[in-house]
Amino acid sequence: MELNEVFEKVKGLFVEDLGIDESKVTMEAKLEEDLEIDSLGIVEVVMAFEDEFEIEIDDDELADVSTVGQAVNLLHSKI
Amino acid sequence: MKTVLVTGGSRGIGKSISTTLAKSHLVVVGYVNSRDKAEEVVNEIAESGGSANSVEINISSKESVDRAFATIEDAYGSVDILINNAGITKDNILPRMKEEEWLDVIQTNLTGSFYTSQRAIKQMMKNKWGRIIFISSVVGISGNQGQSNYAASKAGLIGLAKSISKELGSRNITSNVIAPGYIETDMTSFLDDENKENIIEQLSIKRIGKPEDISNVVAFLCNDESEYITGQVIPVDGGLTT
Repeated sequence: MELNEVFEKVKGLFVEDLGIDESKVTMEAKLEEDLEIDSLGIVEVVMAFEDEFEIEIDDDELADVSTVGQAVNLLHSKI
Repeated sequence: MKTVLVTGGSRGIGKSISTTLAKSHLVVVGYVNSRDKAEEVVNEIAESGGSANSVEINISSKESVDRAFATIEDAYGSVDILINNAGITKDNILPRMKEEEWLDVIQTNLTGSFYTSQRAIKQMMKNKWGRIIFISSVVGISGNQGQSNYAASKAGLIGLAKSISKELGSRNITSNVIAPGYIETDMTSFLDDENKENIIEQLSIKRIGKPEDISNVVAFLCNDESEYITGQVIPVDGGLTT
């Protein structure tokens, strides 16, 4: 899957499941500061991806993720 | 209509919870060995106009829990309300307690509720609504002779429930504990009349509890009207622990 497709999927989850304004979701956006996603919200997105793509993401890998771009890159590397 | 899973829902307090909640919800009666009893409860609910089904769920096994949830989710979408009611006792005084007696009770009563709760919240988080109710015991608050394993498991449920309430409150998931006192069920049938008299003396309400005393409070905690109550332990014990 292309990076851009992963980004679109992540954006879709943020917009539909977490109710975030679509225009705010850019690769540079910070999850907590810009999008106001709490740690549980990040977990929700990760779990949705784990289910959809049958991948597993370690908590350690997640610890370094603070922007949309970092999340997209991590997921992209797994799929 | 919300879907409820009642673990250990075919007997005692669990049966009363199943029939009471079936007045306003779809109830899935969880059972391990008592399939016939579970079917009786399902039929009883159907006869009084409610909707119910049964599922085999051995909460001490993660695989069994996963299988039961998959079955329920295929049929009804999600478990919206989880009643962690199933539990076992293996009483012994501490100097004589075998490691196996300790581990079995902790595995079923505490770890089993961890398996069911962790599984249930996956869908509850997506739905942004959920109710988890733990049937603990006053012995989890006060301790009891010959029940160190059971009391520890029931106290453990309180910590689990309170933590869930803090982690998931922002998703409209509440998590509460009911701590029954002496309730007339198979689990307390070993008490003879003299034991019962002694117990009643300690109570403010001068009778042993009925399963309905518990299930009525469970029903209240399942409603939207109780959405501001979370992370709480509610003793329903006739005044035993005041």
